[in-house]
Amino acid sequence: MENDKDVLEVRNLKINFNTYAGTVKAIRDVSFDLRKGETLAIVGESGSGKTVTTRSIMGLNSPNAVIDSGTIMFKGQDLLKKSRKQMDQIRGRDIAEIFQDPMTSLDPTMKIGKQIAEPLIIHKGMKREKAYAQALEMMKLVGIENAEQRINNYPHQFSGGMRQRIVIAIALVNYPEILIADEPTTALDVTIQAQILDLMKELQAKTNTSIIFITHDLGVVAGMADRVAVMYAGKIVEYGTVDEIFYNPKHPYTWGLLNSMPTMDTSGTELPSIPGTPPDLLDPPVGDAFAARNKYALKIDTEKQPPFFKVSDTHYAATWLLDPRAPKVTPPAPIIERQKHYAELVHEELNKSKGNHVEEQEEQL
Amino acid sequence: MAKYLGKRIFYIILTLFIVTTITFFLMKLMPGTPLTNQAKLTPTQIHQIYKQYGLDKPVWQQYLVYLGGVIHGNFGTSFQFSNQPVSYLISSRLGPSLIIGGQGMVLGVLAGLIVGAVGAIKANTWVDTSATIISILFISIPSFVLAVLLQYYLGLKLRLFPIADWGGFMYTVLPTLALAASPLAETARFMRTEMVDVLSSDYIELAKAKGLNKVGIIYHHALRNSLIPVVTIIGPLAVNIMTGSMVVENIFSIPGIGEQFVKSILTNDYPTIMGLTIVYSAMLCVVLLITDIVYGLIDPRIRINK
Repeated sequence: MENDKDVLEVRNLKINFNTYAGTVKAIRDVSFDLRKGETLAIVGESGSGKTVTTRSIMGLNSPNAVIDSGTIMFKGQDLLKKSRKQMDQIRGRDIAEIFQDPMTSLDPTMKIGKQIAEPLIIHKGMKREKAYAQALEMMKLVGIENAEQRINNYPHQFSGGMRQRIVIAIALVNYPEILIADEPTTALDVTIQAQILDLMKELQAKTNTSIIFITHDLGVVAGMADRVAVMYAGKIVEYGTVDEIFYNPKHPYTWGLLNSMPTMDTSGTELPSIPGTPPDLLDPPVGDAFAARNKYALKIDTEKQPPFFKVSDTHYAATWLLDPRAPKVTPPAPIIERQKHYAELVHEELNKSKGNHVEEQEEQL
Repeated sequence: MAKYLGKRIFYIILTLFIVTTITFFLMKLMPGTPLTNQAKLTPTQIHQIYKQYGLDKPVWQQYLVYLGGVIHGNFGTSFQFSNQPVSYLISSRLGPSLIIGGQGMVLGVLAGLIVGAVGAIKANTWVDTSATIISILFISIPSFVLAVLLQYYLGLKLRLFPIADWGGFMYTVLPTLALAASPLAETARFMRTEMVDVLSSDYIELAKAKGLNKVGIIYHHALRNSLIPVVTIIGPLAVNIMTGSMVVENIFSIPGIGEQFVKSILTNDYPTIMGLTIVYSAMLCVVLLITDIVYGLIDPRIRINK
């Protein structure tokens, strides 16, 4: 766990929201690490706590959010203990964020050059000319043509995709350690989505920034992420490398998510969905929050929350199905297909490392 | 820009023409005559006076004669104010009205913006509540009641300012305050609503994510964007000030056009009524034109010359 390549360590984070209806337990014990230069995808449906988690890293949760417990360690310091002033210095310099809707996330009355230069002026105390020169460079880097002229344009003179490029330029202009991307492509056309994702990957390779990528689009995750954390009802239920989550998922919720994603093989038939709705977090269930929607639920699921069971060094899942005493269940057919594919992947890996003994191994398998 | 201005000025002239026409015929429908001592005059005398002023002709002819005069810059002669030309009457009295109207407008709008912005920044606290109470009070109290209260407390009791008459800055203070109340309240309410909206928008969120502090966010991003819709109410506010000034000028005995307007209507002083109507309409048109230009300066999305 104590990897010195970790740039961010979130431990036992619990966040409640005080509302008129009562206390909403939005984040219920979340822990994860973010490594240098990696992309960690946090997936889950609306209300699962993805955004609240990242908002607390930024120190930008709404005033009625109460941090019940936990630590967010960044560069050896707990971000949750920082004052608002100290957080102002970290935001935009060490940790930056890209929002969902590029049409509304730029100031409509400010020239984009100034908007990009702003973080440089705030954090590095740069003079106007120098900051603008750097902003111009950033615009070129994110692929805005005629940057010299366009630096004096206003946001309404750009298309949605171009605006998201500008938002990315703003976020990366200080070369932050961590970039939080909260559904950065949800509001864009599919073709533009791909361009923006490619751009993010390209820039990540150049800057070695760690990215926390929030999305509910598993298709995007497959192309972007190194590791994936699946969130449900304020908890992480399964995490692992992108291959592990896609091809060897262990949690029934992950099965449900993957099954409801259309693939190349999906045709004609109805797309499966997960029945039911997420639990009310005003009064979260005692046991596994997913039990009520889970056809594989065991008796213990309604009584006791499952701990994380280790699948591999990098892959953990919180489901009682992984307990040695649990009965063997057969996952849905498409998941079995995926697991077969995973076996092939592992197989290929083995071949690469071991060389020629392909034939023998195949017989063994 | 020049093309736009030309177009706007053409529309202003068209507006003034329509206003003049409608007012002229409405005015002729008013009961009473310009003669104050009609009972003592013989019909021959009345007819003679009517003939002298051209009032014996059919209304449409009077209208054409008046319009012809206006086109040549002749606004006629006042019936009541010692037979002076209307243009002289107005120009000699425009100053005081512009001063208290202008001061009232500037003070009201600026103070309103501050009260509204503070209310929005401190939304749902006691500061916000007090700002709302101030706005509601100032909207509810008519300017003439406020004028009398100001005269009584600041003028008579505390003797800080002269209660009436005209002669220097000190004389403008009380009427300015009386006039500023309503625009202050309107602006404050509007500004608060807008700014609360703006402060919860995505680009403010992005500004926070950039690491801007609260002051920076408000100064660089929130103020300008909140101002855009507020600018649109400046036109109606100017109307507010103009109508308010008619009463307020009377209360403070200020020799302005508002006071004159009221008198001229009460005495059926046709040329003066017409002249002042045109002046008031023209002022409003100019305010609206300035508003639109300012609007473009603040909001790049509707800038005209692009």
